[in-house]
Amino acid sequence: MSIVTVNDIRETINMIQHENLDVRTITMGISLYDCVSDDIGKLCDNIYDKITHKAENIVKVGNGIGKKYGIPIVNKRVSVTPVALIGGKASAEDYVKIAKTLDRAAKEIGINFIGGYSALVQKGMSRGSEELIKSIPQALTETDFLCSSLNVASTKAGINMDAIYMAGKAIKELAYLTKDRNSIGCAKFVVFANAPEDNPFMAGAFHGIGEPECVINVGVSGPGVVAAAIKRAGNCDFGTLADIIKKTAYKITSVGQLVATDAAKELGVPFGIVDLSLAPTPAIGDSVARILENMGLERCGTHGTTAALAMLNDAVKKGGVMASSSVGGLSGAFIPVSEDEGMIEAVNVGALHLNKLEAMTAVCSVGLDMIAIPGDTPVETICGIIADEIAIGVVNTKTTAARLIPAYGKNVGDSVDFGGLLGTAPIMEVSPFSSCEFVRRGGHIPAPMHSLKN
Amino acid sequence: MKAVISVTGKDGVGIVAKVSARCAEYGANIIDISQTVLDGYFAMIMIVEISALTVEFGTFVDRMEEAGNENGLKINTMHEDIFNSMHKI
Repeated sequence: MSIVTVNDIRETINMIQHENLDVRTITMGISLYDCVSDDIGKLCDNIYDKITHKAENIVKVGNGIGKKYGIPIVNKRVSVTPVALIGGKASAEDYVKIAKTLDRAAKEIGINFIGGYSALVQKGMSRGSEELIKSIPQALTETDFLCSSLNVASTKAGINMDAIYMAGKAIKELAYLTKDRNSIGCAKFVVFANAPEDNPFMAGAFHGIGEPECVINVGVSGPGVVAAAIKRAGNCDFGTLADIIKKTAYKITSVGQLVATDAAKELGVPFGIVDLSLAPTPAIGDSVARILENMGLERCGTHGTTAALAMLNDAVKKGGVMASSSVGGLSGAFIPVSEDEGMIEAVNVGALHLNKLEAMTAVCSVGLDMIAIPGDTPVETICGIIADEIAIGVVNTKTTAARLIPAYGKNVGDSVDFGGLLGTAPIMEVSPFSSCEFVRRGGHIPAPMHSLKN
Repeated sequence: MKAVISVTGKDGVGIVAKVSARCAEYGANIIDISQTVLDGYFAMIMIVEISALTVEFGTFVDRMEEAGNENGLKINTMHEDIFNSMHKI
């Protein structure tokens, strides 16, 4: 064969047809700075016009590239400047109007999520940010495609516990307001430490403050490809295993880079980053948990899981970095429970618990993701879970996040089905002991030391 | 520019002829063919030059897929760049 070998061609086709290789998302980041107006109606008009103009062709271009290379490009999305930065004097009600505008723009251009209904409050809260946070439950209840995020902490600023408390209350209210749809509103809201500004994945995507006017970021996927490669390798030592993962990650990321370059060129927008992530879906054969199990663990969640995940995450980055001219975003293995068939099973058989998931997030991106907890979990317990997760990110200088769903009216033993990529979440047990007095102290946990590291 | 056409399905008379005819119809010039039959199962990988296509590449992809459906075959057409990017450093 003239270009590459027949075996190479077969390998690629097999990855796509049998191992769920796909490009998870092409996300266009759009700055909304020049939409600013002191008139809320005008602001909304500007936002709508800008998004529907800039991203007008993103779906068409994405589908065209998918067809050209014969690979599914699952999602086409848009992220915007954190809305709290462009709201001006907007009240909580005004912010809801902006939310509905974003949702309307998303529907017009045919994308499946728009992110950036966000505020950066790691150090403190501006008036606008506070109003936006207050509006989140209503905004996410009355929209379909809007995603929201808060950055409540950073390694340099410490942890804004007041913001976490507000986030906890918003989550609880959101669960109630969307109780008829299994509290799905909570699946569209994520709380970050050290949030990346070029993340193409939802619900946490936003177009960061130092980003260009418009940019194309791409998120790759491919847990099934890695799992299959490990299975084929059979009984080998860790060095060999790491090597196999690196080579596979290189191939997966190369596809992401190719698609990103093409998309940027066709849309006339600069290429930003490729996010080197292993993003699972609820489909069989597309699970990060199964990768860990193929490494030799009986079930994801048993002893050894954190070490396996650490190795996987590191090898994916090492392989991926070489395949892309610019990497960024979250870049690591995702462990969302509801979106990963192997994780769901691990929870259901009692192998995987919240505490182990928390430990796992110390060595991978991104955090306690898509975790359903009992609907009657107190706000302060939710805040305690978030604070723990955020502290791991702050102290270890990494991104962590929490996307928790206190599913209204549900308890341990139940599960909630969100449909599509969001999957099915078994309700996980939380500690019955109170975090109330701790959370209610309020204020700020100071930034950690950067020396004396032990 | 080249593309890779993969054809799989139950073996039968005239598969290569049908696929080649369709390529000719749209101006795709065949450069290389690798083909085997294993236990009655037909598998072919074809490299074609697509610079002189008479239709857009996306349309060509669709037409080839349709040709596959009409004949009980699975036909995938992919631009060569995906293979080059994955398998060459």
